Amino acid sequence: MAATRPRSPSAAAEPPDAIVPRRFRVLGNRRENEDTFTLELEGLDSPGPFEFEPGQFNMLYAFGAGEVPISISGDPGSSGPLVHTVRAVGAATRAICAARPGEVLGVRGPYGSAWPAGAGELDAVVVAGGLGLAPLRPALYSLLGRGPGGGRLTLLYGGREPSQLLFAAELADWAEREDIDLHVTVDTAGPGWSGAVGVVPALIERVEIEPERTVALVCGPEVMIGFSVAALRERGLATEAIHVSMERNMKCAIGRCGHCQLGPEFVCRDGAVFTYERLRRLFELSEV
Amino acid sequence: MKTIADLLPEIPLFQGLSAEHLELLAGCGTNVVAEEGEYLFREGRTADTFFAIRHGAVGIEVSVPAREPIVVQTLHPGDVAGWSWIFPAQPWSFSGRAIERARAVSFDGACLRGKLEADHELGYELMRRVAIVMAERLRFTRMQLLDVYGRDEAA
Repeated sequence: MAATRPRSPSAAAEPPDAIVPRRFRVLGNRRENEDTFTLELEGLDSPGPFEFEPGQFNMLYAFGAGEVPISISGDPGSSGPLVHTVRAVGAATRAICAARPGEVLGVRGPYGSAWPAGAGELDAVVVAGGLGLAPLRPALYSLLGRGPGGGRLTLLYGGREPSQLLFAAELADWAEREDIDLHVTVDTAGPGWSGAVGVVPALIERVEIEPERTVALVCGPEVMIGFSVAALRERGLATEAIHVSMERNMKCAIGRCGHCQLGPEFVCRDGAVFTYERLRRLFELSEV
Repeated sequence: MKTIADLLPEIPLFQGLSAEHLELLAGCGTNVVAEEGEYLFREGRTADTFFAIRHGAVGIEVSVPAREPIVVQTLHPGDVAGWSWIFPAQPWSFSGRAIERARAVSFDGACLRGKLEADHELGYELMRRVAIVMAERLRFTRMQLLDVYGRDEAA
C-alpha cells in the first residue's frame, strides 16, 4: 500500500510573500562534477534552520542573471545551512554555480509537494538517475533516520559515466552501511571503473522487492522515469505506490505563469512529486 | 555436489522448464570459472559457447585499437551471455571479461543446436526465452543511446 502523499503548503494556500525572495549568503560551494555544484546557504533575513519537506524546492535568484527552481538537496532534519545542488546549464544556473562564499543569492520557498519519506514500516526503493539524486537525497536522509523499526531501504542510482556521479563521498559511506542497499550503475565506463555498467532500470530486476509493502521514489530524466516505472510495475508495484518527480517542468513555483502545466496538473503548484497513478495518463499520451 | 541440471533452475532463463528438458540442456553444459581479469570469451573468435552467470560479474567489452576496451554492460548472477551460438560459425561481437571472480555454466553451442533441432518443443521454448532477454537488452540499449543524462535546455 502506498504511503499517503503529503500535501504541499503552496498547494493549500499561496503565502503572501510567495513571490518575494529573501537574501541568503553563500557559505560554501563544492564542485560535484564537471558542471554541478553544491551550495550551502545561510539566511540573512530569516536566521535559523530552513524548514522544508524532502522533495520541496526553492526559487534561487542570481541577481542580474535570473531565477530558477532548484530542489533542496540537504538534510531536512539538520539545523545546518540550506543546501542546493545545481547544474550549470544556462545563464542563471551558471551564475549560481559561480557564486563564491560571501556572495548573496535570493531565495523564495519552499514550494511543492513532498516524497513519502516517512514511509513508516514500508520498504522504500529509491531510483535516481543523474542529477535526480539531488532531490531524492533529503528523502534518503529521512528514510535512513527511521531506525530499526523502519522498512528496508534500497537506492538504485544511475549516471552517464563514473565522473558524473554526485555525492561521491556519501555514496562510499552508504556502500558500507547495512541499513541501505546501494546499487550504482553507469551507462558507459572506461578503465578504472569496477562497478556495474548498464541503465538504472536494469537494476530493478536484481533487487529484492515485496510489492505489497514497498513504496518507490523515482527521479531523473523523463525517459529514465518511464523505463523505471515500467520495471517497477513488472515487479508488481501498484501505480499508487510509485512516486515520481517532474521537477524538470517547474517554472515560477506558484503556478501563475502556466509554463509548468502538464495536462490538468501544474507541476509547480501540484507537484513536483506525484504518484505515478496521477500522471499515468500523461506518460501514456503522445502529446500533452 | 550439485549437477549442472541442479544448477540450471537458479538461472531465470531456465526456470520452469521440465526436468527432462533441463537434463537435455545440462548435457551440453560444464562449469567454468574465470578469475578477475580473465576472459570468458573474446571478440572476433568463433562464438561456439553460451554462458549462464552463476556468481560474480562479467563485463561486456568492445575493443578499441590502441586504447583500453570500453565496457558497455555488466552481467551478474542470473544473466546470460551470448546468442551468436544460435547460428554456426559466427564470431563473438564483444568480449566478456570477469570484473570479479565469476562462475558460470558454459554451454557448447553445437551441442545445444543439435538438441534444439531434435526437440522442437524445447527449441521453441528456449528461443522464446532468449528472445525475451534480447528484447530487454535492446530496450535498455536504446535507452543508453538516448543519452538521457545529457544537458537539457534550461535557465
